[in-house]
Amino acid sequence: MALVEVKGVSKRFGGLTAVSGVDLTVNAGEIHCLIGPNGAGKSTLFKLIVGLYPPTEGSILFDTVDITKERPYARVQRGMSIKMQAPSVFKELPVRQNIQTALQERLSGAERIAEEDRLLTLFNLAPDSDKLAGALSHGQQQWLEIGMALALKPQLLLLDEPTAGMSPEETFKTGELIKSFNAEGMTVLVVEHDMAFVRQVAQRVTVLHLGKIFARGDLESILQDEKVAEIYLGKTHAH
Amino acid sequence: MFKLLEGPQTLGRGRMFWACFLVVLAGALAYPLFADSYDVGNFAYFLIWIFMALGLCLMWGYGGMLSFGQTLFFGIAGYGYGVLAINMGGGTATIAALVLSVVLAMMAAGILGYFMIWGGINGIFFGIVTLSATLVLAFFLGQTAGPEWHIGPARLNGFNGMKGMDPLTVGDFYIEGSALYYVMVALIVIVYLALRMLVNSGIGNVIVATRENPQRAEMLGYDVRKYQLLTFVIGSGLAGLSGALYTSWGQFITPSSIGLPAAAMPIVWVAFSGRSDLTATLIGSFLLLFGFQTITVYSQQAALVLMGALLLATVMLAPQGFVLGIGKLVADWLRGRRRGDGDVVAEAGRLQSEES
Repeated sequence: MALVEVKGVSKRFGGLTAVSGVDLTVNAGEIHCLIGPNGAGKSTLFKLIVGLYPPTEGSILFDTVDITKERPYARVQRGMSIKMQAPSVFKELPVRQNIQTALQERLSGAERIAEEDRLLTLFNLAPDSDKLAGALSHGQQQWLEIGMALALKPQLLLLDEPTAGMSPEETFKTGELIKSFNAEGMTVLVVEHDMAFVRQVAQRVTVLHLGKIFARGDLESILQDEKVAEIYLGKTHAH
Repeated sequence: MFKLLEGPQTLGRGRMFWACFLVVLAGALAYPLFADSYDVGNFAYFLIWIFMALGLCLMWGYGGMLSFGQTLFFGIAGYGYGVLAINMGGGTATIAALVLSVVLAMMAAGILGYFMIWGGINGIFFGIVTLSATLVLAFFLGQTAGPEWHIGPARLNGFNGMKGMDPLTVGDFYIEGSALYYVMVALIVIVYLALRMLVNSGIGNVIVATRENPQRAEMLGYDVRKYQLLTFVIGSGLAGLSGALYTSWGQFITPSSIGLPAAAMPIVWVAFSGRSDLTATLIGSFLLLFGFQTITVYSQQAALVLMGALLLATVMLAPQGFVLGIGKLVADWLRGRRRGDGDVVAEAGRLQSEES
């Protein structure tokens, strides 16, 4: 069953067409990776889905409801949760307060504190919970933001380059965490450059090139697609 | 609910802090017993402005919205009180006039705030638009000297200002002198504690989060515009409370209490005090008002120059605010902590965003 349906969506910035007539379906319960070379339009498509950009054409459905004209907060209230490309945390607030701000609408009292502790422990942030978020390393800020996104207990977790700036160990752990969320029923849409990470987590892959859908399918078929290798992966990576 | 009196958004916690609070409150309550009535009246006058300062602290320090429009809402409620008190015939109706004039200021803030916030005005442009609206009102009221400018029997009177309204009255009892002073103290305690609870609540978390990163706050499912509007309406309403009390205190109000020099004053008070903390703003604003008034007796120009110099010194030397900085040093000393401790740094940063 489709959780997200992007139908004929285009986005033009003046004379530049960043996304052109894209159709994309993200099924409930899958980990779907959106990949492509620089300038392919991945981040623009991501921002269209989360509501940061209004599309020039087309429509976006979430759980069969047309959300094309809804603001980001309304989409979040429907069950989306978002982690942006650059770490986007409240840098001047303590780590725990970041998580608390994300949790407070869903939980209160002892339940909320227990969930704060669980998330902080899950992302190895418990020892730093009183530090300012801005004092964390880049990778820790990425985790904090993923933790904030998870705190909303979303149906759909949207991650834009979640491992940017992370060490290989941190990247691997992030992948395992994403797979564990998915195992609990969460749908995940990931925009990612790191092919090792894509190999680790992806169930279905969509390749974007020059603002259009270039290929789509399961991970293996995409990795073995010569044309995809030519435009993006580099042939040596495809084998 | 009282747990919210302490929290991450406010300095001061524990028995020591609240013991100090009670000592200061007891001193304030006992003051009229020792001071002469002139000084008590002067103190009541200083306290009138504290609401406006706390309102700006909420908007600017916590919400990240630098409003230059505090005297706009001060003026709306001040003139509103005058018009209503005169038209309603004085007496106990002045209490209703006070409440209605504050509501009027909040409604005006709601309308202006709606267009600004939903229109995407933020940052420095927020200050420019609110200042523009303030100057428009001051200019307009200065043009109302003619007899045609009246609302019922209440004449606006141009630059000479409106007069003739009753002070706050209950039955035949005029709330003046010591009585007004006690009303001020009670209102300040209520407003101060209520604001502490607000900023330490879930709503306060979102207000601060919106200051820090409005896009992230929206990505957590909050319609940040509503929180910004709420902050603006409450902060402006407090300026309105100052305005209505001011008119009641002096039984007059003029456009000069709205214009540019007056509009700049709350910015100086709050910046000097420490915009990101209510207690620092309360103490610092009172001290500045006291100092300003003392110097004004000798030279108003000197007092204004001093205010300008203080603003420059704050920007250059203590962008977090002098009173807040001193308060943190005292807190560190009392806790036996050395500057540079992780917790202290966390607290300092939590209470202060340089970006805002």
